[in-house]
Amino acid sequence: MKIKGKVYKCPDNIDTDVIIPAKYLNNSDPTFLSSHCLEPLVEQLNKKLTSQHIIVAGKNFGCGSSREHAPLAIKSAGIRCIVAESFARIFFRNSINIGLPLVELKDATKLFDFEDEIEIDLTDGEIINITKSQKYKIQPFPEFLKKIVSVGGLVEFVRQSLK
Amino acid sequence: MKKFQQTITQKIIAKHSDKKYVEEDEFVLSKVDLALSNDVTTPLAIKQFYNMFFNISEPKLFDKNKVVIVMDHFTPNKDIPSAQQNKFTTEFAKKFKIKHFYFGGCVGIEHALLPEEGLISPGDLIIGADSHTCTYGALGAFSTGVGSTDLASVWSTGKVWLRVPKAIKIVYYGKLNKNVFGKDLILSTIAKIGVDGANYKTIELTGEVIKKLSIFSRFAMTNMAIECGAKNGIIEPDDITYKYLLSIKSRKFKINEDLKSDKDAKYQEVVEIDCTKIFPQVALPHLPSNSINVKDLNKKIYIDQVVIGSCTNGWYEDLYLAAKVLKDKKVNPNVRCLIFPATPKIYKQALKNGLIEIFLNSGCVVNPPTCGPCLGGHLGILAEGEKAVATTNRNFIGRMGHTKSEVYLANPVVAAYSAIRGYISDN
Repeated sequence: MKIKGKVYKCPDNIDTDVIIPAKYLNNSDPTFLSSHCLEPLVEQLNKKLTSQHIIVAGKNFGCGSSREHAPLAIKSAGIRCIVAESFARIFFRNSINIGLPLVELKDATKLFDFEDEIEIDLTDGEIINITKSQKYKIQPFPEFLKKIVSVGGLVEFVRQSLK
Repeated sequence: MKKFQQTITQKIIAKHSDKKYVEEDEFVLSKVDLALSNDVTTPLAIKQFYNMFFNISEPKLFDKNKVVIVMDHFTPNKDIPSAQQNKFTTEFAKKFKIKHFYFGGCVGIEHALLPEEGLISPGDLIIGADSHTCTYGALGAFSTGVGSTDLASVWSTGKVWLRVPKAIKIVYYGKLNKNVFGKDLILSTIAKIGVDGANYKTIELTGEVIKKLSIFSRFAMTNMAIECGAKNGIIEPDDITYKYLLSIKSRKFKINEDLKSDKDAKYQEVVEIDCTKIFPQVALPHLPSNSINVKDLNKKIYIDQVVIGSCTNGWYEDLYLAAKVLKDKKVNPNVRCLIFPATPKIYKQALKNGLIEIFLNSGCVVNPPTCGPCLGGHLGILAEGEKAVATTNRNFIGRMGHTKSEVYLANPVVAAYSAIRGYISDN
């Protein structure tokens, strides 16, 4: 699978309160959540986040609460992949479970700039920075996780065991 | 043959995965003893639970007696959307005859309520759709937070997928200084290892200081294991643990002598912490790792609000400590001081022993048990530019309200002194 988009850069330790502030957790509708995705950061950076973007973040992306509303808000905003130097554990699980692809890449925030055009090839395990003509290898997931990812998430994975 | 050396966490995971032992980074499907969620995470779990059974069979819970739902975040219903989603969850709980459904007057903050209700035993494997589920490690259980889809899969199958975590052993030694509690120890630990210092890992809390530490201080420490990214925080059960468990009338548990880490268990890292050097802490905005000694603040930080409560510090012991400071004193006229007993039982005990009267006399607002202000939900939201000292666990941007407000994390004694002075103070 190939995903193409433009870089939206986030600093280290983006927490779930920034991804989706708790005041919006009184509604779990994906479209509603997506309209407030990363709201405090978007305001602070004054850079609009669109469905054409791929998030490129620093360390510990998604730390904090277990709210699945966070990856759901990002996925529903049309973001098809997140590249980060590292992910917080619960956010990582939640994203895999709902079928939002994640890529871990060392020094990611140093390699890309805002609005760089990039292509992520999840099958071959590489990221191409089209703007800068650079290529990076990405580590494949462990076999167990690949199984969940390949069926599109945990719901389908569980369905197969319930059938 | 020499026995395979395991940590207490590995032992619990192995036992729940029908294995003699498990190795670091191994993927396992583990049986779950208790599946917890709250009013924020349950609605999404319900949707995914139905999706899992769609066009296959009637949805069925793996065990209605092992499912716990606590309506503690946005209750009493804070607005119409919350009321709607709480109604949705309530109908689900009734339809599936969930035994441990806590709403109305039974609501307590989940991580204080479950131990008090006798639902946690040493050696249990507990999964919760709330990141602070790691709290129960104080009782020697393996417990960790997940999201709603994970929780729905536990409801459907009774199992959860886990990757066996690597372990960090944290050894606390020395003597505790005045007004230093579990909260200060864990804040200074997070400051030392960083907010992702234990990401995906276990932190095992041990040493002479832990062995003498009260159960409530232990709860505050394992509660905040997630704030350094840990999958779980755990303390080997000992006499203090068993004494606490015996104090809960409904308790049924067996003492398991093997429920501890083997002598040669593998640790990725051993961190030693000299408690003699730790003084009452304050974590500056906007990360728990920004923790320093209150006495080292180089200027007076004036505050608008104090929150004493939460799953970290809403225990009876915390209220008692705060009341001792506030007795016969007045809250500074520039400060709103909000008290949140963590459970109805704690509230009643505080009432019976005169703590509530002390709080009211000093000008505090006494609130019902709820997570409300900790996550900027309701009952204590900060305006632009306002500052609060809170005994809660997170001080992220906008955590308690406006994105330009600030939260300073501290223990209940620092919170109470700050309420009186009007600025952050430990005396």
